[in-house]
Amino acid sequence: MAMTAAPGGGAGERVEVSIRKAIGPGDDKVHTWPHLVRPEFLCLVIVLIGMIIWSLTVDAPLEEPANPSRTPNPSKAPWYFLGLQEMLVFFDPWHAGVVLPSLIIVGLMVIPYIDINPAGNGYYCFEARKWEILTFFFGFHILWVSLIVIGTLLRGPGWNWFWPWEHWDPHRVEALTNVNLPYLLGIRDYFWSAIFGLVSIGLFFAVGAVAIYAWVVWLKGPDFITHWGWARFGLTTFLMLNMIATFVKMVMRHLFNIKYIMETPWINI
Amino acid sequence: MSWWDEIKQQITETQAWKSIFRHGYEDTPRNRVLMVSGNVFLHLHPSKVRRHATRMRFTWCMGGITFLMFLITVVTGVYLMFYYRPVTQYAYADMKYLEFDMPFGMVMRNMHRWAAHGMVIAVWLHMFRVFLTGSYKPPREFNWVVGVILLVLTLLLSFTGYLLPWDQLAIWAVTVGSNMGRATPVLGHEGPFKELLGANPIYDARAFLFGGGEVGPATLLRFYILHCIFIPLVTSLFLAVHFWRIRRDGFSGPAL
Ligand code: HEM
Repeated sequence: MAMTAAPGGGAGERVEVSIRKAIGPGDDKVHTWPHLVRPEFLCLVIVLIGMIIWSLTVDAPLEEPANPSRTPNPSKAPWYFLGLQEMLVFFDPWHAGVVLPSLIIVGLMVIPYIDINPAGNGYYCFEARKWEILTFFFGFHILWVSLIVIGTLLRGPGWNWFWPWEHWDPHRVEALTNVNLPYLLGIRDYFWSAIFGLVSIGLFFAVGAVAIYAWVVWLKGPDFITHWGWARFGLTTFLMLNMIATFVKMVMRHLFNIKYIMETPWINI
Repeated sequence: MSWWDEIKQQITETQAWKSIFRHGYEDTPRNRVLMVSGNVFLHLHPSKVRRHATRMRFTWCMGGITFLMFLITVVTGVYLMFYYRPVTQYAYADMKYLEFDMPFGMVMRNMHRWAAHGMVIAVWLHMFRVFLTGSYKPPREFNWVVGVILLVLTLLLSFTGYLLPWDQLAIWAVTVGSNMGRATPVLGHEGPFKELLGANPIYDARAFLFGGGEVGPATLLRFYILHCIFIPLVTSLFLAVHFWRIRRDGFSGPAL
């Protein structure tokens, strides 16, 4: 059909449109007024009533006047950014505050271009889109929403972990026994530690890419790459591995107190 | 004909009436279509939609609720703007003034705040719904991208507004939330490779945002303008594109 579209949109385009109209669905359509406008209006009324009740009963916070010389402890970003602030536990600010948000935004934007599975376009289904949905769940619920909950409810003074029944003690000091991965493995030399870190990260991505390739071949057969193309495969794999790497680093930090995997005079990861 | 019908007829046949209302209200197919296509606001919709698209359990109505939250913040925000001055000497006092002296001041402020939070939550749920129904698949890929831009704008709207009450919560949340600016590689004075362009505390990405080395009077004015003028305008532009695209591509749904 695309062949009929004349450059610059001449008669050809009109032909295409009319073909689409002729073969397109039309039989299950209903009038917007009242079938769509009515539920929308109901929704509007209910939400407005809810908002009015909420605003009459709960006051927006207002603390003491701003005082640049008195830093509260803890200082928290607005709640919707607390997932990123929580990331500061695991990564340096340039990584948690700049690289990860950029990856999230770019990653979200490219979803329609890397997910070329035609199944489930316009209806709920799970089986046919299992991996896509599980990946999104992982990113959205585990890496974003649950970290916001942790940042909001469980982080107290010094960004220490406080259970809800614990008192927020501003003097609590937690022993910082964090070490770098190369150190833990017995490497004491700065230069070789950096090399080791660099190689570990490189290996993680290389091995990860091969593993994902093998896995997709196993799922979809060896000729999947002719549909996907290397650019799409590369982008998908890169984003996937970054997501996994973020999670791996979190686990390493929580379980083994690992601070950095790679430490250099310029950047640490 | 009763006297009532007679009066009705007299009114509805005047030139003035007919210039405003183009069709009757009887429930006829023609009027149902005109109701939508003849009304600039309802005209955001097509005059007929597929049945599943009218169901709450398909859309969760979350895109609509996000938009409603946006509209609530616009209306309440205009009210707040009448009383609020983005100057460090006055900003906090104006908050108190709103609370204790202005009719409905506190309710308006509350509603503005809660709708902003509601918008953030609703936009996430909307994105989640669009993902679950696979509605970003062809031909709607680009509208998903526009959506992600709207999501970022929503967060920026909320974030810039956070500073305006000029209380402890405000300046410290914004200080913490903007630390990424000084940690940006090359462009931030605490980021990697900061030496390359000579970034320092009053000459780096964060200083550009703040109008200085820390959150101060210049920051308040900047955030005020971003919050009340610039970002709402940009958001409206992208909303127009978003809605237009939904209209052009039609609502997603299972193939017939
Ligand atoms: C300010 C933010 C936004 C507003 C006000 C908004 C509004 C809407 C509305 C009213 C609809 C009609 C269907 C519905 O209500 O679900 C819609 C559909 C859609 N939205 Fe959004 N949206 C926003 C952000 C987003 C985001 C963050 C995404 C995705 C990342 C997105 C992607 C889409 C797509 C792909 C559709 C078409 C859905 C379909 O055809 O089923 N939007 N949007």
